[in-house]
Amino acid sequence: MTFRLFNHPVWRRIFNRIDVEQGPIILDRQRIFILPTRHGLVFAAVLLLMLVGSINYSLSLGFVLTFLLGAMALVSILHTYRNLAQLTISAGKTMPVFAGQQASFTLCLTSSSKSERYAIGMTLEKPHPQFVDVPADETVTTALELHAPQRGILRLGRFTLFTRFPLGLFQAWSKLDLDMNCIVYPQPDTAMLPQLTGIQGRGDRAIAAEGSEDFRGMRPYHTGDSLRHVAWKAMAQGRGMLTKQFSGQALPELWLDWDDLAGMSTEPRLSRLCRWVLDAQIAGLSYGLRIPGSTLAPDNGEVHQRTCLEALALFGIKDL
Amino acid sequence: MRYRFAMFTFRLDNNTWLLASIALTIAPHATRLPIWISLLCLGVGAMRLIQVRLPARWLLITLAAATAAGIYGSYHTLLGRDAGVALLIAMLTLKLLESRTLRDSMVAIFISYFLLITHFLYSQSIPTGMYLLLLVLVITTTLIGLNHPGRQIEPRKLLRLAAVLLGQAVPVMLVLFLFFPRVPGPLWGMPGDAYEGMTGLSDNMTPGSISKLSQSGAVAFRVAFDGPPPKPEQRYWRGPVLDFFDGRSWSTAAAPDPKQARIAVTGDPVSYTLTLEPHNRRWLLALDLPAKLPPASRLGARYELLADQPVRQRLRYRAVSYPNYLAGLNPGAKEINLSLRLPSFGNLKTREMAGAWKRTAKDDGEIVSRALEMFRSEAFFYSLTPPLLGANSVDEFLFDSRRGFCEHYAGSFVFLMRAAGVPARVVTGYQGGEPNPFGNYLIVRQSDAHAWAEVWLQNRGWVRVDPTAAVAPRRIESGLAAALPAGEPLPLLARMDSAWLMQLRMSWDTLNNDWNQWVLGYDQERQYDLLSRLGFEMASWKELAVSLAAGVGALLLVFSGFMLWRRVPVDADPVAVIYQHFCRKLARAGIVRQPNEGPADFAQRTAMLRPDLTLSTTSISALYIALRYASHPSSSALRQFGKRVKAFRPK
Repeated sequence: MTFRLFNHPVWRRIFNRIDVEQGPIILDRQRIFILPTRHGLVFAAVLLLMLVGSINYSLSLGFVLTFLLGAMALVSILHTYRNLAQLTISAGKTMPVFAGQQASFTLCLTSSSKSERYAIGMTLEKPHPQFVDVPADETVTTALELHAPQRGILRLGRFTLFTRFPLGLFQAWSKLDLDMNCIVYPQPDTAMLPQLTGIQGRGDRAIAAEGSEDFRGMRPYHTGDSLRHVAWKAMAQGRGMLTKQFSGQALPELWLDWDDLAGMSTEPRLSRLCRWVLDAQIAGLSYGLRIPGSTLAPDNGEVHQRTCLEALALFGIKDL
Repeated sequence: MRYRFAMFTFRLDNNTWLLASIALTIAPHATRLPIWISLLCLGVGAMRLIQVRLPARWLLITLAAATAAGIYGSYHTLLGRDAGVALLIAMLTLKLLESRTLRDSMVAIFISYFLLITHFLYSQSIPTGMYLLLLVLVITTTLIGLNHPGRQIEPRKLLRLAAVLLGQAVPVMLVLFLFFPRVPGPLWGMPGDAYEGMTGLSDNMTPGSISKLSQSGAVAFRVAFDGPPPKPEQRYWRGPVLDFFDGRSWSTAAAPDPKQARIAVTGDPVSYTLTLEPHNRRWLLALDLPAKLPPASRLGARYELLADQPVRQRLRYRAVSYPNYLAGLNPGAKEINLSLRLPSFGNLKTREMAGAWKRTAKDDGEIVSRALEMFRSEAFFYSLTPPLLGANSVDEFLFDSRRGFCEHYAGSFVFLMRAAGVPARVVTGYQGGEPNPFGNYLIVRQSDAHAWAEVWLQNRGWVRVDPTAAVAPRRIESGLAAALPAGEPLPLLARMDSAWLMQLRMSWDTLNNDWNQWVLGYDQERQYDLLSRLGFEMASWKELAVSLAAGVGALLLVFSGFMLWRRVPVDADPVAVIYQHFCRKLARAGIVRQPNEGPADFAQRTAMLRPDLTLSTTSISALYIALRYASHPSSSALRQFGKRVKAFRPK
């Protein structure tokens, strides 16, 4: 019986047992807690002092003032609670980052009520909350930043949504654990792309030769086109993003191979491969990736690059 | 929001709000503060307004210590009302110099709230109350602004939020005000200066003391009579009785007789409720002569009504008086002796004249009549601005200047009587009063302060004699303004003014009286009275606690209902809402739509189960399908759909 009682969502929350949820989450009665802040306690002490003063000096208007302020504090509980109640939180897009960077988790806050919500704070770690206002019937996106120390999958983990608006005397809060992940690529090391070794096939002169290819024309930019071929001049003239095309352009093919880096341990190897993927993409090469467990055929473009980087990020990580 | 001024641009931001709140909070105190504190406040305010760099911490601490020392220098104490307020104001001002974080600003806000209550130590009038309500709004607006980090909320929105909060707080405040258990204060000793600046009669009368008081239009007390008010010439409100003369001033000698003064009364009593403004003295005012006494008071040996404690708050009491009385028929020898005593020197001409009267008069009553006849027939003048008198004040007044106010006439009359061997004494108090037609009560002001005499006559006891009435009869009948010759300085309020101004003045006084009676005078007694009217048999703190909790709880519940339960999704689809209504009606009739059932299938099944409903269900379902899936449903379809569902009644 007691076990079941304590398994009630409210109790679970009180004991900080917060479930991971998919979202969107609506902040209902069971999720929101409210307690006085330190300022609220100081204010209560001031009110007590005023009350004692009013009694001692028989100040009728002193009673009026003290009770008015006390009542205002009481009413502010409702306002603080309402500021958070029925707010909908859903997970937004999370862009991959490299290890060592700040991962940014986008959250969407939707207010379905007629009143604007002010100063909704979000925090992962106590000292640095960030605040947003959510206008009535609108959705606001905001991001929580989290340091990504190592490659793999970074979970957002538990965070707190809180508000002290309007008077700062009470804090309403809700602890949430949205299922949000960020893929963290290995940190690229500083080694240069091996231009001679490892380049196979027809494209020995590829990089040097690029300039001598015949310019054939331009077409609209597609995702995945190499940034090297973007016609920046045309873009600067306001003609949009165009990709230059060259006749007889034969992209050199490059295999980035795990086995080429024998003798290095896993993480540095992944870092080195990561650097190579980035460089090969910038160089406009057609590159393939071979690591234990997966082989990605040579290609070029942002989609391909992302596939390669993800493969590196998730190398050896079982749970996806 | 930005406002451009000639010198610089400033924004209505948190900083400005905070400065404005604090400036408005301090402003009413400014007249009472030493000038240097006001200048300090102005200086710090200016520094914050143009946002100069704030001083270092050590400088601030030095400044605070110097300020505290300065306040000690100005008031010779750091405790007490005035010094305490000054200290609080100085500390609040200095706090502005270190308002860097939210915490500092919040502390400043809390001190401001606290400072508001100190205004009530000086005044609890309606305008003060209104002003402070406005200030609460401004400070709360500032507080809300401070609690909104980042971008500033528009001032109008901020103000509206604060107004909503306070508007909702008012009913809760009323419940708390009415039901919070009232404890008669004070809980501890009051600072010595808490009751300074109260006006009223003094226990000492020198020439000029009452005429000075007469310049004040302040209310001394208000009286509501149970029946019709007594005639103007009977309205003698008895205050301190003075029976010791030192050659210059009259004061009260030690009590002549500890035994209770005895009175024989005839005629009808007058009962009334008197609301006395605080004067920090023990005497209570009562119509000559009080018979039934208010609680916590006693009748002194000279029939003066004395409270057990000095009157330091507005005091409401009921009393019964008999205008026709016989008092002191058998006085003690000591009382008579005290009433005959004169200084051994001075005022020889007066003594001579009194001696002549004593020799020729057949009884004491004739001596009294002669003195009054002298005042009436000879060239005596009633004046608020008599010439100053020297060492033999009675002689100079009676034989030279002959211009005086009531204290001159009463004082010299009693001197004459004593010199002629008639026991007499000076009675001070108030005479008259202004009826308020709106509130059905009498206003007695300080300008109605008066002094008269009492003589002791065989078989008649103490008899009131008013020599001023002999000189200026209109003073007694119509009040001070009527009695004084034109051109005399008068308190503004005592002037006879135009009818509408008079009406305005009386309405304002009625409002003030109600304010005093019901807001400021709401005490334990009134609270118990209210509770018994609400049906509580025994008013006790338990009933109060229950009423308090129930009232506040109910109000908060109502507010939360309004604020939280009203939030139905605003953009609910009307078509879906109406169709759900239709489904609910069918469900009550026993036909429940399955989750996997489309509207057409559901209509078909309903028709099979209830052939009688076939027509209505089919048409409603067809309309629903049209509204939902047709590319351009007609605008009348929705109305029709709603009407049909409303009319749909499956049995």
